[in-house]
Amino acid sequence: MIPVKFDYLAPTSVEEALAALGEHGDDAKILAGGQSLLPVLRMRLNAPEVVIDLNGISSLRGIRDDGDAIVIGAMTTHHDVRDHELVKEHALLLAKAAAEVADSQIRHRGTFGGALAHADPAGDLGAPALALGAQFVVQGPGGSRTVEADDFFVDLFETAIGDDEILTEVRIPKHTGWGAHYEKFVRVAHQWPIVAVAVTVKGSIDEARVGLTNMGSTPLRARATEAALAGASATEDGVRAAAEQAAEGTNPPSDLNGAADYRQHLARVLTGRAVLKAAGAA
Amino acid sequence: MTATQDRPAAEIGKDRRRKEDQRLITGRTRWTDNITLPGMLHLAMVRSPFAHANITSVDVEAAKSSPNVVTVLSGKDFGEELGACINAWPITPDQKTPAHSPMPADRVAFAGEIVAVVVARTSAEARDAAELVDVEYEELPAVVGIKNALKDEVLAHPDLGTNKSALWVFDSGEAGTGTDAEAAITEARANGIVIEREYRQQRLIPAFMEPRSVVVDPTGEQITMWSATQIPHILRFALAATTGVPESKIRVIAPDVGGGFGGKLQVTPEEWIAWAVARRLMKPVKYTETRSESLMAAHHGRDQVQTLTLAADKDGKVTGLKVHLDADLGSYVAIVGGGVPVLGAFMFNAIYKFPAYRFECQTVLTNTTFTDAYRGAGRPEATYAIERLMDELAAEVGVDPLEIRERNWITHEEFPFTTVAGLEYDTGNYEAATAKARASFGYDELRREQAERRERGDRVQLGIGVSTFTEMCGLAPSRVLGSLDYGAGGWESASVRLTPLGKVEVVTGASAHGQGHETAFSQIVADRLGVPFEDVEVLHGDTQVAPKGLDTYGSRSLVVGGEALVKAVDKVIDKAKVLAAHLLEANADDLDYADGKFTVRGTDQGKAIQELATATFAGHDYPEGMELTLDADATYDPVNFNYPHGTHLCAMEVDTETGAVKMRKYTCCDDIGTIINPLIVAGQVHGGLVQGIAQALWEEAVHDEAGTLVSGSFVDYLLPTSADTISFDVVHTDDPSICTTNTLGTKGVGEAGTIASTPAVVNAVVDAVRHLGVNDIQMPCTPERVWRAIHANDGDAATPADAMPHFHEGSLNQDEGAGA
Ligand SMILES: Cc1cc2nc3c(=O)[nH]c(=O)nc-3n(C[C@H](O)[C@H](O)[C@H](O)COP(=O)(O)OP(=O)(O)OC[C@H]3O[C@@H](n4cnc5c(N)ncnc54)[C@H](O)[C@@H]3O)c2cc1C
Repeated sequence: MIPVKFDYLAPTSVEEALAALGEHGDDAKILAGGQSLLPVLRMRLNAPEVVIDLNGISSLRGIRDDGDAIVIGAMTTHHDVRDHELVKEHALLLAKAAAEVADSQIRHRGTFGGALAHADPAGDLGAPALALGAQFVVQGPGGSRTVEADDFFVDLFETAIGDDEILTEVRIPKHTGWGAHYEKFVRVAHQWPIVAVAVTVKGSIDEARVGLTNMGSTPLRARATEAALAGASATEDGVRAAAEQAAEGTNPPSDLNGAADYRQHLARVLTGRAVLKAAGAA
Repeated sequence: MTATQDRPAAEIGKDRRRKEDQRLITGRTRWTDNITLPGMLHLAMVRSPFAHANITSVDVEAAKSSPNVVTVLSGKDFGEELGACINAWPITPDQKTPAHSPMPADRVAFAGEIVAVVVARTSAEARDAAELVDVEYEELPAVVGIKNALKDEVLAHPDLGTNKSALWVFDSGEAGTGTDAEAAITEARANGIVIEREYRQQRLIPAFMEPRSVVVDPTGEQITMWSATQIPHILRFALAATTGVPESKIRVIAPDVGGGFGGKLQVTPEEWIAWAVARRLMKPVKYTETRSESLMAAHHGRDQVQTLTLAADKDGKVTGLKVHLDADLGSYVAIVGGGVPVLGAFMFNAIYKFPAYRFECQTVLTNTTFTDAYRGAGRPEATYAIERLMDELAAEVGVDPLEIRERNWITHEEFPFTTVAGLEYDTGNYEAATAKARASFGYDELRREQAERRERGDRVQLGIGVSTFTEMCGLAPSRVLGSLDYGAGGWESASVRLTPLGKVEVVTGASAHGQGHETAFSQIVADRLGVPFEDVEVLHGDTQVAPKGLDTYGSRSLVVGGEALVKAVDKVIDKAKVLAAHLLEANADDLDYADGKFTVRGTDQGKAIQELATATFAGHDYPEGMELTLDADATYDPVNFNYPHGTHLCAMEVDTETGAVKMRKYTCCDDIGTIINPLIVAGQVHGGLVQGIAQALWEEAVHDEAGTLVSGSFVDYLLPTSADTISFDVVHTDDPSICTTNTLGTKGVGEAGTIASTPAVVNAVVDAVRHLGVNDIQMPCTPERVWRAIHANDGDAATPADAMPHFHEGSLNQDEGAGA
């Protein structure tokens, strides 16, 4: 289908992009990989007058080591996140989750920043970012600021990024040597998750981080389960007992793929499985 | 002619790669949307968002003044010239058939129905302007769902006074093809087994790859329509019949068409509108639908509630079957919409010797997208019902599902066999197909593993599903169609022409849209006429090139069209023989024909068919009385349907904690008579299987209460990709049951996989959890449905201890050894 007509801008620096955003305000939309934006435009669910393409800004692409964190540029593709050595070494959970996004074509186009900015509660990268305590660097007319993971996801498709701001990079505190598993539950391979659970654990088990995908209007942390797992041993019984609390405080949707109570059941079962796999016990 | 003994059938049976694939796959070909004509205008449709509403006004002014808009037309701007969408198969004389205008002026009956058309210089401008058309509606109550429709409280078409369109009945007692089903059921209630079930055939969307597209060029003496259709000939007929333009003034072309699966077996409102607009403006126009429009407004398939009663004696020998279908037609009775469930009427008895059978089909109208043929059309629904029931009967009797089938099936010595539905099955060998499938599948080993997993209370249970299907295909003997009040015949036509330099042009009335006719038909001609495969060109899909034909659907092209082709080739050879005898100065009786050459028996003298073609072109030397052509036409009207069959075995793993299902193994042994091209057959079987499996596990078109299609994109309408399927084990019987009603001995295979696989999969899923108290799971078997089925009986004291689900709310996975 054909989108409504729009003007297309291709800035080559963040400053230039911000200036364009400032000029056009609400009438403008940022284009990253286009894997969420283009379907929306083509189905005419949104009709911006100006599209600002970030693909020409090379500084937004790439992954670097920054002491106690790794830093992922917003325009880095899912494919590159999945395959990058720094990610595998210090944030294995992200590599595993990126591998589960859609299919190969989409992973080569879709970007890390675009996915997080889009904030689809069924998106695969929010829960891992939350579990890893990611810090989101957003740049606006007044400069850059950092938003903590807990404050970044506001609601369905809504983040702390202001209308005049761009997400430039995401800092992921190093979780070197942590085990990780992303358990995604789908009916067909190319689907968004019905429920997914992102787990990373230190040792077996000293500490655990558990993120939930599609269990509410934003990615969630299963904190009760995390607490129950800290210092627990990675036995089937112990882990399953801790996982029993995974759905506490969740408010998942009901749709063709499952009612809310079923999703809560899945969250419990999948959490148990993901923790055991992350801890190398399954 | 003499049989071609000294030349082995070189082409038939060969794994020829499809000659059409390069152009189809690379797209370097003529898809309808690729066609661009000088001065062509583009259409965009304005569709109703409401399922049922009066149209109170249509304001087109803003749209008309949008850039490069030529005109905007709504229903009231058209008269008779707009024509009508036809129903070609009224299943009863008193069928209620709502008038179906391509663009109603007063009232819409489904969400997606067209209320106005925008004509602009580009498709983008047409689309922009379509958003400016201001339609006011007065919403009416919509009826959605078969059971609601049957209540007749809310009417899909108030003027009809009812939602019930037609009731079609077959009763073997009355027809004299068997005994009384009711009596058999009464007897079984007293002394045998009665299985009563209600199965739901969910609504499906054909989801062909190429969206529907139509181009109409009214300039010139004939009006030409290119359409992504399966049925160019029927389309021309219907255009002439409903728009008043003589057939001789209409040329319809189905260029390369990207899939149909029955979904392009339709005469569509979009085609009629494009036709009317082009004629009115005297300019070429094009309309190509978006995927969203396709999902919403191209016809849907299936959608039945099946109420079934199977009677058997205590040993599981079936004594009678009663079927009541309620079938959702959607908003209109589409071209063969009412007939699709009736096609199933003859198939519920399947491969079995049932003595008594009653079938009723009630069609109902609702305010949803109209339904019609979808791969298998009526036969998958029937096969599903009976194959599910046979598994239930096996469970009831306590024997293996293969055993229960053997107790009831027609044995190979009993062919030809006249069924309780009145069909004569010519050949088949269910024992052979089952034995081969069973061995290839490793049936006994998988049964052992299943028992072990049950014993262990494994988190992942294994189930094995059986489907021993047959079907009637090769549509169809024209007289039979006449007796069913179908609006056309079932014959097919072919022509064979020899060019001056000895190449062969084959014209067929079958209209391929991805099946590989060009390759298979070339193989047939290559063998029969003795010419190189490469020298055969197959022409089709254009009423000017192939003026006669009934197109492609119902697994008919090879078995009906292929036979017409054989007859045409034989006529060519007969004609050529006269010329050969003349040129060789021999008696025609002394000529042999082999490898494309006539030889005089006992000499080394001969004439190749190519030489004869050139000699005919030259016309310098030919016998008195010979018409100077070797070309020939033939029409073939089949004397019977044909009856491919097969045994399909499926193993499914079911995760009892989540309800997730996973295919472990799928084996099918199909007996389809002679195989012309094994590679094409494999393609048809693999694709067909996936389509049937998708009904079992993934696909479902859902309308909400208001009649809005909820599964309106591929995010919600789940189509599988190769990542979701496994490698199938596709085998065939060693000694196939050759079809006796066509020369080649072929049986249809286009729908086989789809018909057979759905019940095999669901039987396997149910089998995996039957010990947990489950005897049915509604399609598609989503993880949630499977999980709920497993847990429906939680806390039910009647569940035997050994069948207890091994976990309950609050005490997950007690089972230590199950692993994670
Ligand atoms: C068929 C299909 C299947 C998919 N399946 C999955 C799946 O299984 N799991 C999954 O997680 N995702 C899935 N996706 C979505 C995919 O991951 C997208 O790539 C992602 O959601 C958006 O990333 P993008 O780079 O394409 O962003 P775009 O589509 O370009 O942009 C998305 C939104 O974010 C905004 N935006 C983008 N970048 C920035 C920025 N730097 N600063 C501020 N705002 C920004 C845009 O304005 C837009 O509103 C699927 C997509 C498709 C088409």
